[in-house]
Amino acid sequence: MTSTAGVPPVAPEPVVDGETSRRRGWGWLLLVPGMLWLAVFFLFPTVQLVFTSLYDPSGSYETGYAMTWHFGNYADAVRDNFTLFVRSFMYAGIATVICLSLGYPLAYAIAFKAGRWKNFMLVLVIAPFFTSFLLRTLSWRTILSDQGPVTSFLQTIAVLPDDGRLLATPVAVIAGLVYNFMPFMTLPLYASLDKVDYRLIEAAGDLYSSPLTGFRRVTFPLSLPGVVSGTLLTFIPACGDYINAELLGTPKQYMVGNRIQAAFLTEHNYPLAASLSIILMAVVVLMVVFYVRRAGTEELV
Amino acid sequence: MAETSGDLRFEGITKKFGDFVAVDDLDLTVPQGSFFALLGPSGCGKTTSLRMAAGLEEPTAGRVLIGETDITGLRPYKRPVNTVFQSYALFPHLTIFDNVAFGLRRRGVQDFKKKTQDMLELVQLDGYAARKPTQLSGGQQQRVALARALVNEPGVLLLDEPLGALDLKLRRQMQIELKRIQTDVGITFVHVTHDQEEAMTMADTIAVMNHGVIEQMGTPAELYENPRTTFVANFLGQSNLIMATVTGRSGDSLVVDCEGQTIEVEASRSHVESGRAWLGVRPEKLTAVPTGREDHAGANVLTGGKVSDVSFVGVSTQYLVAMPWGEELMVFQQNTGQHTPLGHGDTVDLVWSPGHAFLLDAKQDAHAGMMTPEDDE
Ligand SMILES: Nc1ncnc2c1ncn2[C@@H]1O[C@H](COP(=O)(O)OP(=O)(O)OP(=O)(O)O)[C@@H](O)[C@H]1O
Ligand SMILES: [Mg+2]
Repeated sequence: MTSTAGVPPVAPEPVVDGETSRRRGWGWLLLVPGMLWLAVFFLFPTVQLVFTSLYDPSGSYETGYAMTWHFGNYADAVRDNFTLFVRSFMYAGIATVICLSLGYPLAYAIAFKAGRWKNFMLVLVIAPFFTSFLLRTLSWRTILSDQGPVTSFLQTIAVLPDDGRLLATPVAVIAGLVYNFMPFMTLPLYASLDKVDYRLIEAAGDLYSSPLTGFRRVTFPLSLPGVVSGTLLTFIPACGDYINAELLGTPKQYMVGNRIQAAFLTEHNYPLAASLSIILMAVVVLMVVFYVRRAGTEELV
Repeated sequence: MAETSGDLRFEGITKKFGDFVAVDDLDLTVPQGSFFALLGPSGCGKTTSLRMAAGLEEPTAGRVLIGETDITGLRPYKRPVNTVFQSYALFPHLTIFDNVAFGLRRRGVQDFKKKTQDMLELVQLDGYAARKPTQLSGGQQQRVALARALVNEPGVLLLDEPLGALDLKLRRQMQIELKRIQTDVGITFVHVTHDQEEAMTMADTIAVMNHGVIEQMGTPAELYENPRTTFVANFLGQSNLIMATVTGRSGDSLVVDCEGQTIEVEASRSHVESGRAWLGVRPEKLTAVPTGREDHAGANVLTGGKVSDVSFVGVSTQYLVAMPWGEELMVFQQNTGQHTPLGHGDTVDLVWSPGHAFLLDAKQDAHAGMMTPEDDE
């Protein structure tokens, strides 16, 4: 070709895989290390946990526990800790909703409006990770303390009664959850919004969509994979969290995580701790399956 | 919604990206209901001009009007204008049906189902309504893009190389189809292309664009027969350009000295008054005659040529004739049996009627707008 001016760009043809036979070869070997890892550090402990949850509850740390296939542990665990479960899912749910409503505009702004500040803003989103999780949560105690600026400001504008407080209330625990899980929401949202082809939004505008309609019909549906993964990455760990309730709340705000932690490490009531863990895991898995089905994203990236 | 009909007008439109001037002080009127082609090489500012008409790009200066309504500041969704994007821009999460119905739904058109179905039939994709865009071939996607814009029956339809990805047969078919639709519904089409043949066969008016300015605008025949610039002369078809000097006037013609031989060019086809000029003649307007064979009264003659190359292409024979001053001129001769076949090395005179040449500014580059065969697709 002597000159390239005026030649229309040739769209790269999608490569059709004509060599399925090669795929069936030895590719699965690549999976072996990962599988081994999962077997040793996930499968084995999980099975162990299931066994532990079925030990005789009348045993103790000193005398040891006998395996009696005591399924009653589950019923006991749910009955005694029902409010903890409900509270956990409620706190985690509220925190997820707040994270989504704060994280979406943030991710949107970074993806579409930040221009050359994009990378800088992304670093800011991740910046909290440079400090310890524990330390950051502790500093929220100072921020929300009774004499702290937030509390007195809210008292001044009469949102909070004069003797009202933030620390040691559900508000503090949820605020802590929101703060700590925000990056897990923002980053997947950003990743999927950044992938949205701006020309599609222009096309929506060309086809009589106001910016709002264009967002509803094009941008948001295309960002759904990010919404799904962001909410999962927030909700799942938030359900099992105990640090925020421990540091920012009181036993009245305790979540299942706190109970599990106490049962395992303080009371050494292993069957109870294990059954609580299994129940939490099962409920979360059920919720996630239901949610992903509802969101209807086959292409969950 | 703005006035939906009227001429589309650009008044002094300039678009700069930083220091780079993509579109330079463009004045343009696209008459209502016409099929208007914007023709030009890659990067000349065609897409940028369309985007300003669609409202996707804000002009740095100037005004865009439809009829008497100034739409320069109007948001895209309020303009009675739809675009077939060069990149298709189909919505990947929607089916073909929903893609095509998108605009109708947004405007709350009641019988959008039927209209969408009809439109899919028109572009021969009725069996694909339930598929997603990624499950279609490039050409099929392009037809969806066309259908999605066309179904809205806008006042002005902007088409950015809408047939670029189609194979020759489908392309011809769609060209005829597009032309038919345009005549039927009577909406203004602004069709961007860099295929000069496509522009000439389809358009009522062609504007040839280069480096952000319009070089010339007119009917396909006007542009072809009477180009004003060397760029147009070379970009639309092929031209022989010979350096000449204007020596005087005789009636309605200019008298030109061309390497010592006297030639006449009609004044209406001369775009210089005096001094140096490019004498242009299309290859098919030239007849090569063996030297001294005929009397050429009233015609222009250049003598002293020597056939240096002969190629037979069926309907015509293409000759290269080396002139005494070293230039090689192209001559296309129809194989009607009226011309004496010539052989390599024959000495010939080149003959044409004075109404068939044109005279261009000598300061322009004789190679401007030339395309290699690859570029011509
Ligand atoms: N957003 C932008 N920023 C900077 N330069 C741009 C931008 N958009 C276009 N340009 C430049 O403006 C010029 C005209 O671009 P345009 O897309 O209008 O070309 P075109 O005539 O449509 O070409 P093609 O036939 O290749 O599609 C090009 O040189 C291009 O590099
Ligand atoms: Mg273009």
